[in-house]
Amino acid sequence: MTMPFYVSPEQVMKDRADYARKGIARGRSLVALESAAGIVIVAENPSRTLFKISEIYDRIAFAGVGKYNEFEMLKIAGVRHADLKGYSYSREDVNARGLANAYAQTLGQVFTHEMKPYEVEILVAQVGATAAADELFHILYDGTVMDEERFTVLGGQADTIAQALESRYQDALSIGDAVKLGASVLGDTDQPLSPEQLEVGVLQRDAAGRAFRRIKGDELAQFLSS
Amino acid sequence: MNDQSMPFFASGVDPGPSFVELLRRVAPHDLPGGTGAAGAGGSDPALFPPLTHATTVVAIRFADGVVMAGDRRATSGMAIASRRIEKVFRADDHSGVAFAGVAGTGSEMVKLFQTQLEHYEKIEGETLSFEGKANQLAQLVRGNLPAAMQGLVAVPLFAGYDDRRGRGRVFSYDVTGGRYEETDFQTNGSGGVHAKNWIKASWREGMTIDDTVDLALRALFAAADEDAATGGPDLVRRIFPTVAVIDASGYRMLADDDIERRANAQLGGREEGAGL
Repeated sequence: MTMPFYVSPEQVMKDRADYARKGIARGRSLVALESAAGIVIVAENPSRTLFKISEIYDRIAFAGVGKYNEFEMLKIAGVRHADLKGYSYSREDVNARGLANAYAQTLGQVFTHEMKPYEVEILVAQVGATAAADELFHILYDGTVMDEERFTVLGGQADTIAQALESRYQDALSIGDAVKLGASVLGDTDQPLSPEQLEVGVLQRDAAGRAFRRIKGDELAQFLSS
Repeated sequence: MNDQSMPFFASGVDPGPSFVELLRRVAPHDLPGGTGAAGAGGSDPALFPPLTHATTVVAIRFADGVVMAGDRRATSGMAIASRRIEKVFRADDHSGVAFAGVAGTGSEMVKLFQTQLEHYEKIEGETLSFEGKANQLAQLVRGNLPAAMQGLVAVPLFAGYDDRRGRGRVFSYDVTGGRYEETDFQTNGSGGVHAKNWIKASWREGMTIDDTVDLALRALFAAADEDAATGGPDLVRRIFPTVAVIDASGYRMLADDDIERRANAQLGGREEGAGL
């Protein structure tokens, strides 16, 4: 009879984290920026149909990087969570913090108990009445939640992109400028990505009901060329 | 529902894009009639305290879309339960839903329908076809059939702008979930027959928004003239019907003062001297 090798918990967690990080690093990054008119989310995504950015609820959006099928599943769970809560309580009772906690719990659970961790990083963004009231929750593959201010970057090249944003981000950007800044920091050698390579979503601050909308086609091209 | 746990499902039992199926899995008590309310007190409707009923609603197609309107009265037996109830609701960007019947049942059905359309859109990343929406509503009506058999009847009207076909469409229902597409207009509720006769006499192909809104108001006033459960224009409290216009640019409710102005312009019209 063979004895199973002893592997220390530290080693197990480290291996899983490495595995998840490697998976995430293979994918492309995305940025979310608070702006005067709302929260702008810009992702490098050549697909027109497989979205990284989605609407969750009236003032809440979701974005994911890493393995598509995994963050898509998380998105659907988020929509279900939010719609159930809004249906049984009230639309105002659905908030990003509750959703971020639920995601953190799910990801943490999978990270410690399952063989394979999720290879994703996700963002839960909620637009407020003012930029100061905006919320950006950046959640890692192991359930770590970070409550970010001004902007956040998800994905393999996050550190480099965040550095670039640190020096170029300004408060109260217009939506167009935020889109342009996002596209430029996501591209290499400061060549902004073209509209075909981008997926852009915005949570519009002044919207009365559902605040999420996609910026695409001519509108996107116009923002990038102005 | 536990706030901290997220709804995940094995592939065989996944509710897909259906919010109703999702409720059935995780919160069946939140489904309309889910607690068996209809059967709880015995099945004889005569034993119920008087239920609150909402009455007359109309949907009329015009050149570029549809107009939906409803009076504001709700009754409980012989008493007026509300002077300000609303019976016309936004279903999504390009459609509206109105109901007549038991107010609690109807408003619950509307809320579930609105959530269902939005839920589908968010899960699937695109809106349902117009026909798909009409069918979803039929399923909700059918789901209410056991309650309806015990007296909790509410029947909707569904209308809107079909952007894939570029025209307004009107659907009516019966209590079994039967779904019928109307060519031009339909009414519902206790004053519906009077409203419909009025519309029938005046409707023509290719009407303007203005004329159609006026026709809808006129038809509701005619219904209020004949039917005790339909509310007429309330000049003292300045309460007038709710009117929604749905066309290519979306769903919008007309402003109260616009409706008031139109209603006032109709006073002293054909009712005078017509023996009404």
